[in-house]
Amino acid sequence: MDVLLLLADGMLVSLQPLNLMMIIIGVTLGLFIGAMPGLGSVNGVAILLPVTFLVPPSSAIIFLAAIYYGAMYGGAVSSITLGIPGASTAVATTFDGRPLAKQGRASLALVTAALASFVGGTVANILFTLFAPLLASVALSFGPPEVFALMLLAFATFVGLGGDDIPKTIFSICFGLVLGAVGFDQISGAPRLVLFDYNGFLQGIGFLVLAIGVYGIGEMLWTIDQTRGDVTATTPKMTMKGVAADAKEATKRGWKGTAIGSLLGFFVGILPAAGATPGSLMSYGVAKIVSRNPEEFGKGAVDGVAAPEAANNSASTGSMLPMLTLGIPGSPTTAILLGGMVIWGLVPGPRLFVDEEQFVWGLIGSFYISNVAAVLINLAFIPVFIWMLRMPFTILAPMIFVLSIAGGYAATRDMFDIWLMVVFGIGAFFMRKFDYPLAPAVLAIVLGPIAEPTLRQSLLLSSGDPSIFFTRPVAGPITVVALILIFLPALKFLRRSPAKSKNPAS
Amino acid sequence: MRVGELLTAGFLALLSLYLMWKSSELPIGYISGTGPGGGAWPFWLSAIMLICCFCTAFNWWRGRTPASRSEEPVLDSHGWRSLIFVGGGIIGFVALISIISMYGGIAVFLFYYLWFLGRHGLLLSLTISLVTPIALFFFFEGAMQITMPSGLPFTDPVFNVLYDIIY
Repeated sequence: MDVLLLLADGMLVSLQPLNLMMIIIGVTLGLFIGAMPGLGSVNGVAILLPVTFLVPPSSAIIFLAAIYYGAMYGGAVSSITLGIPGASTAVATTFDGRPLAKQGRASLALVTAALASFVGGTVANILFTLFAPLLASVALSFGPPEVFALMLLAFATFVGLGGDDIPKTIFSICFGLVLGAVGFDQISGAPRLVLFDYNGFLQGIGFLVLAIGVYGIGEMLWTIDQTRGDVTATTPKMTMKGVAADAKEATKRGWKGTAIGSLLGFFVGILPAAGATPGSLMSYGVAKIVSRNPEEFGKGAVDGVAAPEAANNSASTGSMLPMLTLGIPGSPTTAILLGGMVIWGLVPGPRLFVDEEQFVWGLIGSFYISNVAAVLINLAFIPVFIWMLRMPFTILAPMIFVLSIAGGYAATRDMFDIWLMVVFGIGAFFMRKFDYPLAPAVLAIVLGPIAEPTLRQSLLLSSGDPSIFFTRPVAGPITVVALILIFLPALKFLRRSPAKSKNPAS
Repeated sequence: MRVGELLTAGFLALLSLYLMWKSSELPIGYISGTGPGGGAWPFWLSAIMLICCFCTAFNWWRGRTPASRSEEPVLDSHGWRSLIFVGGGIIGFVALISIISMYGGIAVFLFYYLWFLGRHGLLLSLTISLVTPIALFFFFEGAMQITMPSGLPFTDPVFNVLYDIIY
């Protein structure tokens, strides 16, 4: 009961005119920043942090949290309409969102993404409100072996996602992980994998460089080649009746993915250093596994859009939990929020809920209000996003190339990375020709820098004994499930007879 | 496609070997007291990549992949032409950034694509090619405060005019 009273107080704080205005401006800015390839919530929060010194701290953090919310909604827009995931959290959304857009059902994909994000955010807010201190202690019990086991589980879902050709899928995962290892050894600090002795590799290869290369350039080259330059323009229409019908269909066909994403995303999101990317990917994988029609995934399944979108919004709220209760940021964006709070004189940690009660509950209340504002603003802007798809392909394609290059530079500020993007784009075009799945590589480059140090720390803890991943109560079951998920498709692949595999219908 | 798949697997196997060799510049084994060496992670992953390439070649030999059973060319004449014109256009765009700035490169690339490849009218091509970089300038430099490459000094007068509007 106390919690509900505190939450009601918090909502009243966030509904004050200044705070409400900050929420609306923040969500709208975040939506457009998130929709821009190359720019995500990190950029939005970092760039607009200085602006917040003009308002009181509670309004400032509400503004930044609203940008974060808006950007998480916006990430789906570029994934669905352009096929370019603007942030790693939206990679899984491209798997089914883009095929739906190509089928002329972009409005369904965008409405599904908006509604799933709303439900994901709401579920996460409720869990956050009710169980914050308890969940924070659970998150803290995750050591390096548990986090590595979780990463292994994420990689295991890649194997299921990559289609039938297991060697090519595993190659793609390992390639992404090796690319993520370029730069410096995180533990010894020694330069590592400085390819062809180019100093540009010393700074490592960012996720965006590979993602924009693969999706912004490679995918477009592939589309131009496959359609022989004669892309039939889809002419999606957008009416109020159409939105209502899409919402009905999204609810009917996407509820399962939404439920999975909302819960799984939150629990992965609260783990320090995990964040929304593994959460959205795992939710996609689980939604595919439990689906009655798994063969629809990758071809425009509504659940395939709902699961990652619910998960990344749920995880973004979840990642606020370790930041507020323990002072540990769960994602790069929350790290910047943490910095902002310290500048405003607020000390995150267990005492924050006691010392700054009004601030904390005002912020939690603003999560609810921001979530409602985000879904309404997002739905209102869907016709604008749909309009982009009505452009002739010969205008849309160069625009995508331009946004890829300009957005890529904005994110990395390095011409070396732009050249690398072009190389990856052309390489991805040829790899796609030979059915190498590329999404696992893009996701592996994000998770590699988390997986490697946790593996090394775990082995150091156990003096090189790998049984540490099986004997700990939390890590053990996760590792076993991950290994089953890895080896099951591999066994199926090996046992399949050549005659059967030659039959395309099989 | 058949030969192409084998050649791709061979190329990727060579890449894997190169990555193994580069990784081995740091220790690749377990070092007592400090854990796995700095090169261990990429080395063993590259080794798995190499094994995967052999598996792909084996599957190719058994005719299990669609590409290994296809007699079509990897790229026909249209495919090569679009790759050269579109891919070449992108390479030209990126090369121009250091000379005529990001925005100049965008204008030239858009005009090339819209007018030459897209066969759109001159007026539409010119309008989009000029309006887009100006809009992006105000978005990146004005709203997001992100400075894009401005090219060689001869572009300064144009940028001075635009910066005067922002600041």
